Amino acid sequence: MSTLRPPSLLDRSPFLKATVGSGGNLILSVAVLIVAALLAPPLIRWLLIDATFTGTAESCKAASGACWAFVGEKLKFIVLGFYPQDQASRAYAASALLMALLALSAAPRLWGRWLAGGWIAGLLAAIWMLGGGGPLSPIPTEKWGGLPVTLLLSLGSFVLAFPLAILLALARRSKLGGIRLYAVVLIETVRGVPFIAILYAATLLFPLMLPAGAAIDKFARAAVALSIFVSAYLAEIIRAGLQAVPSGQAEAAASLGLTQWQTLRLVVLPQALKQVIAPIVNLAVGIFQDTTLVAIIGMFDLLNAARAAATDPNWIGFYAEAYVFAAAIYFAFCFVAARYSLWLERHLRTP
Amino acid sequence: MVDGVINASAADEEPGRTRPGVPAFIRLWLGGWPLAQLALYLGTLLVFIWLGRNLLANMARLGLTPGFAFMGHTANYEIGESFIAYAAGDSYARAALVGLLNTIAVSALGCLVATGLGVSLGIARLSPNPLISRLVQAYVELLRNTPLLLQLFAWNTVIHLLPVPKQALSPLPGILLSNRGLFLPAIDTGGHGLPMLAVVSASLIATWAILRRRRRLAGPSPRRVVALAYLAALSVPLAVAAGFGIAFTPDIPALKGFNIRGGASMTPEFAALMLGLAVNASASIAETVRAGILAIPNGQWEAARSLGLRPLAVMRLVILPQALRIIIPVMTSSYLSLTKNSSLAVAIGFPDLVSILNTTANVSGQALEVIALMLGAYLTLSLATSAVMNAYNRSHVLRSERR
Repeated sequence: MSTLRPPSLLDRSPFLKATVGSGGNLILSVAVLIVAALLAPPLIRWLLIDATFTGTAESCKAASGACWAFVGEKLKFIVLGFYPQDQASRAYAASALLMALLALSAAPRLWGRWLAGGWIAGLLAAIWMLGGGGPLSPIPTEKWGGLPVTLLLSLGSFVLAFPLAILLALARRSKLGGIRLYAVVLIETVRGVPFIAILYAATLLFPLMLPAGAAIDKFARAAVALSIFVSAYLAEIIRAGLQAVPSGQAEAAASLGLTQWQTLRLVVLPQALKQVIAPIVNLAVGIFQDTTLVAIIGMFDLLNAARAAATDPNWIGFYAEAYVFAAAIYFAFCFVAARYSLWLERHLRTP
Repeated sequence: MVDGVINASAADEEPGRTRPGVPAFIRLWLGGWPLAQLALYLGTLLVFIWLGRNLLANMARLGLTPGFAFMGHTANYEIGESFIAYAAGDSYARAALVGLLNTIAVSALGCLVATGLGVSLGIARLSPNPLISRLVQAYVELLRNTPLLLQLFAWNTVIHLLPVPKQALSPLPGILLSNRGLFLPAIDTGGHGLPMLAVVSASLIATWAILRRRRRLAGPSPRRVVALAYLAALSVPLAVAAGFGIAFTPDIPALKGFNIRGGASMTPEFAALMLGLAVNASASIAETVRAGILAIPNGQWEAARSLGLRPLAVMRLVILPQALRIIIPVMTSSYLSLTKNSSLAVAIGFPDLVSILNTTANVSGQALEVIALMLGAYLTLSLATSAVMNAYNRSHVLRSERR
C-alpha cells in the first residue's frame, strides 16, 4: 500500500523535513519566525524605509529612521580622522598600498622572502606617505587617524612582532634555563594581563624611564605596546607549530650536514609555520579588532573617529549610525579573513 | 626543570662527564655557551640599572618618593559605584579595592551569564532545524567579526536610549528596564543579605559534598533523598534565621517619584559592560561547545540510543561528560579573556580596577607603582581562575581517565 503512495512534499525536501517534519521542530520554527517577524520590520524601517539618505541634521531629526546623510557628510572624517583634508590623497594611497599588500599575501603561491621584503618596504612607504618628508609636507602623528591608523597599527605591529615571536618561541624551547626563563616570564606576563594594562604601561612608563628631555611619539608607544602584545600570543602559536614537527626532521637535517641554523631555517621553521598559518590568521583578526583599544589612550583609529564624528556640534548624537557604519567595515575585513582562514586550512592540508 | 632532573640522573650514569654537586647543577641549568649567556644577563642588568637611574632621576625631579607608601594617602576623587563604603578622602588603597571588587563582580556575573547563553547556543547550533542553526551561526559571526569595544559602545548607547523610569519597560513582571539601569526583584533581609547568602551557600555545598561521598561509597542515592537533602539544606538555615527574628520580605522594584526604588539594581554602565562581555563571550563559548560535541564519535550516539536512552539523557549522560573534557580547557581561556576584557570598562565609564588605577596614576604621578599593581592584580586573577578551572578539570573531567 504505502509503496503506491506518491512521495509527499516532506520526503522530497530535506529543508522542509528538518523545519516542519516533527512536532518539536515545527514549534521551534514557528517561534523563530515569530521572533523574526517582530524584530525585522522595525529594523528594516530604521535602516532603509524611514532613513534619511540626503539632507541636513534637521531633516534627519524630523525623520524616525537612520540618518545616512550624516555618514555621507562625515565620511571623510570617519575614514581619515583629523588628517588634513587637503592631503587626503596621501592617506588614501597609504591605505590602498597596505590593503594591496594584504591581498597579495593571501596567495600562498607568493609566500617567500620577496613578500617579507615587500611588507617591510610597504610599511615604511606607508609611514612616509602619512608622515611626510622630502617632497611631502610633514604631518605629525597626532593628526593621523581613521582607517590608515587602524591598518598601519595592526599590520605594522604584526610584522614587527613576527621575528620577536619566533625568537621567543625558540627561547622557550631552549635548553638554556636562563633564556627559557626570560621567554616564559615575558610571554606569561603579557598573556596574563589585559592589553589596556600594557598600553597604559607603555604610555605612562616610557616617559618616566627615559632620560629627561627624550620623548617617544604616542603612536610609536602604542605600536611598541601592540607589538609586544602580539609577539607573546604569536610565540605560543609558533611554539605549538615547532612542537608538531617530528624530531626526526631535525635529526635527518643534521645527519645531512646542515648546521643548526640551516636546520632551523630550511627544515624546521617552514614546516612549523605551515602547520599554524590558520591560527595566525585568526590571531590577526583578533589583533585587528584589538587596535580599537588605542581609542582609550586618545588616538583616533577608525572606531574612535566614527565615534568622534557623532560629537560634531552640527551632527551631534548620531552614534547608532556611526557604530553601524564602523561595524560594517570591521565586519567586512574580519569576515573575509575568517573565511580565508578556513579556505587556507583546507588548502594546506596536503599529505 | 623537569628536563634538568632527568638529565641529571642520566649524567650520573656516565662517569667522567659530569660530577654531582653545585657546579654540575649550575652547568645543567645554564647549559652551553656560558660566556654568551653571562653577557646577556649582564646586559639585561645594565639596561635595568640605566632605566632605574632614569626613573629615580625623573621621580626626584617631579618631587615623587618611590614606593607604595602613597597608597595610604587620601584620594580626592569620587567613584560612581562601589560594593564597599567609599567617599572622596579615603585612601588610594581603598579606592583600588573598590575597583578590584567591581572588576571581580562584573567578570564573575559575566562568566555566569556567558556560560548559560553560550552552552544553550552551542547546542542550538547543532539543531537539525536549519532555521535555528543558521540563526545561531549569524549571531556568532556578527559577534566574532566586530570589535568588542564597538559592541560595548553599542550596548552603552542602547541602555541609555531606554525610556526614563516613568515609562520603564517591563518584559516580565517585577523586572524594570530604564535608562537608570536594570532592576530585578530581590528578597529584603534587613541588611543581613551577605551573611545569609554565605550560610546558605555553605550549607548547599556541604550537602553536595556529603551526597557525593555517599555516592562514591554506596552508589547513587534515590532521587527523592537527593531532593529532600537539598530542600533541607536550603530551608533549615532560613528557618533558623526566621526564628532569630530576621524577616524575609519580597522587595519588588517600583516607581517612586521620578526614580525606581527597591529590588536589586544594576547601574546602566554595569549592565552595559556585563551584557556586552557576556554576549561577546557567549559566541566563542557556543563555538567551543559545538566543537566539543562534534568531536564525540558517532558510535557514542548510536550506542547510547541503542540502549534505549531518550535524546536528553543521551546528551546528559553520554555526550556532555565526554565533550566536557575538550570543552573545559578552552572554556577556561574564554573566562580568562572575559576577565581581562572587563578592563574595557574604562571606555564606557564603569569604575573597574584599570580605570581607578589609571586615575590614581594620573592624580598621584606614581605611574610605576600603579602599573605594577595593575599587572600584579590581573596576573593573580588569571592564575586564580586557571587554578580553579584546572582543579575542576582534574577532579571532574579527567577523573575516569585516572582510574
